[in-house]
Amino acid sequence: MILNASGCLDALEAPEVAQSLDAFVTKTVTPQPRQGNRPVRFAETVHGMLNSIGLQNPGIEVFLADKLPRLAELGVPVWVSVGGFAAADYAELCATLDERDEVTTIELNLSCPNVDEAPESAAEIVAAARVATRKPLYAKLSPAASDVAEIARAVQGAGADGLSLVNTIRGLSLDANSLEPTLGTETGGYSGPALKPIALAAIFRCYRATGLPIVGMGGIFTGRDALEFLAAGASAVALGTVLFADPDAPARVRAELMSELSARSLEQAEDARGIAHRSTGLLLPNEKIPGLAPKTEALQAPSRVASIPRRGGNEDSGAGARTISGPADGSSEEGERHPSQASATQEGLESGSRQDRKDPDQSARVCGDREGLRHVDGGPQVRTGEGGALPESGPDQPVEDGRRALGPPAL
Amino acid sequence: MRSRDRLRVLAREGVGAYTLVRLERGSLEPGIPGQFFMVEAPGRLLPRAMSLCIAPAGELGFLLEAIGPGTRALCEVDAGDQLHVFGPLGNGFRLDVDRPLLVGGGIGIAPLPYLAQMLGDPPVLLGFRSERHAAAAALLPNAGVVVEPTYVTEPLAELVEGHDVLACGPEPMLTAVRALAPAAQLAWEAPMACGYGACYGCSVEIDGVLKRLCIEGPVLEAA
Repeated sequence: MILNASGCLDALEAPEVAQSLDAFVTKTVTPQPRQGNRPVRFAETVHGMLNSIGLQNPGIEVFLADKLPRLAELGVPVWVSVGGFAAADYAELCATLDERDEVTTIELNLSCPNVDEAPESAAEIVAAARVATRKPLYAKLSPAASDVAEIARAVQGAGADGLSLVNTIRGLSLDANSLEPTLGTETGGYSGPALKPIALAAIFRCYRATGLPIVGMGGIFTGRDALEFLAAGASAVALGTVLFADPDAPARVRAELMSELSARSLEQAEDARGIAHRSTGLLLPNEKIPGLAPKTEALQAPSRVASIPRRGGNEDSGAGARTISGPADGSSEEGERHPSQASATQEGLESGSRQDRKDPDQSARVCGDREGLRHVDGGPQVRTGEGGALPESGPDQPVEDGRRALGPPAL
Repeated sequence: MRSRDRLRVLAREGVGAYTLVRLERGSLEPGIPGQFFMVEAPGRLLPRAMSLCIAPAGELGFLLEAIGPGTRALCEVDAGDQLHVFGPLGNGFRLDVDRPLLVGGGIGIAPLPYLAQMLGDPPVLLGFRSERHAAAAALLPNAGVVVEPTYVTEPLAELVEGHDVLACGPEPMLTAVRALAPAAQLAWEAPMACGYGACYGCSVEIDGVLKRLCIEGPVLEAA
């Protein structure tokens, strides 16, 4: 499950790169066209890079008329990143995109360090967007907040379906000779390998705090990096800076990740999710992110049974221990999904309780149709990050409820 | 057709103040003169954008000037080292010109040897900031050469009439060339993070409009 980070790939200029992803995330679209920031717009540092693009984009009107139809022809699910300068901008953009079948998922860019922020809180923006669309909403958050988990809980309460973690953080580079800021805007967004531990911490904490699906990003260059993001709690990973250096990175990272999983007797990426939390007993059930069309080249699932050993050895309690077992006959329950089979991405859109999407009173609830995502009875949200004991599922919550797709690795 | 491959370094040669790095061509095509390649800079996060200087059979040759940590590392590669290279990228020079005149300044002479080869050795004017740098004119044996404080625009002013100018060099030189030859094809330079339109980092303002040089350039028509 590999995406690109928003703003790190132009699918129309490099369709072959976009088609090597499981979903393509657009550069952030704003209501009006934006020329972006003045040059210099990027600076390499020892362990990363700074950018100051400033949300250059043609505006929603041109995007919908010119770019979106061509993106849809690529055969890759399209996630549209939207940005604005007030909650109403986001709501307007979401309402417009809601009518477009080509759009699988909407990512709310709530954290661009290179433009002025909206006056409203992240949760207020999500709430406004939630009312405007039934499409899955992912909130892209900055790790620079004093408590990103608190913001994650707030956007979950406001109706976000998932989190994109993390955006860049503000940094400064000085010219080697003049000692003046290298970038035209002085400061910019810092990305690359230096961001990885920061991103991992944000994902780790938000996983516990919300249980929401997370697209993890921030300095992923290798399959090993991707594995760590999954272990921290990500359900999918996105590649950013590495795409600048290596357009072949999606296929390479996917292959490396498969090797990493195989070396640990894990069948698929989902099986690695949350492993970093196993000593706490908190392993959320596997889940699928709507809006991904997994590539099939790595879909030869062995029929072996694998289990994740847990420290503490309380497997008999069923408390979060996740036993992964394949169908007895080794077949896939769900079958392979072809990348061009867009319908695979629609299941999250068509099913379940989406009718509540335009009802703000209900939007604070984690959607019940999120396959495999289970919560303590009566609890509207997972609140495990708020101190106290982590929730232990009771005996009425079997580890395997039979609903989780035991399909081939979704990579 | 662009592609990415890991290429073996065949040789590194000093050319005055510059370094010529010759690579095995591998699966890559040389492209059109003025197009560029993203060349891995050993030990650095991002590759460096380099226009192709020479294209002998089976080889790609890049002329480098060590101006930062990435280009320094590239100027220190040894034969047998391997570098990832991605290209050719961007728009090269239009070759359908009647009376070409090539103009280069400093490291901006890099694409001219390959361009001169493709155009049948047209007249060339080169400008450098020192005699040491001017030694690179050996790559274009028939070129007229000036060294600062003389600028290349001085001889150009006398020759420009009736010629189709194709130029590469620092921005002030390109601006001056454009003043003399409004229809010139100019190869602009900007730092690039990706080289294929992904990052929007190489946008430069030309006549009030920001253009991604890697997509719309690096060669732009002056008019």
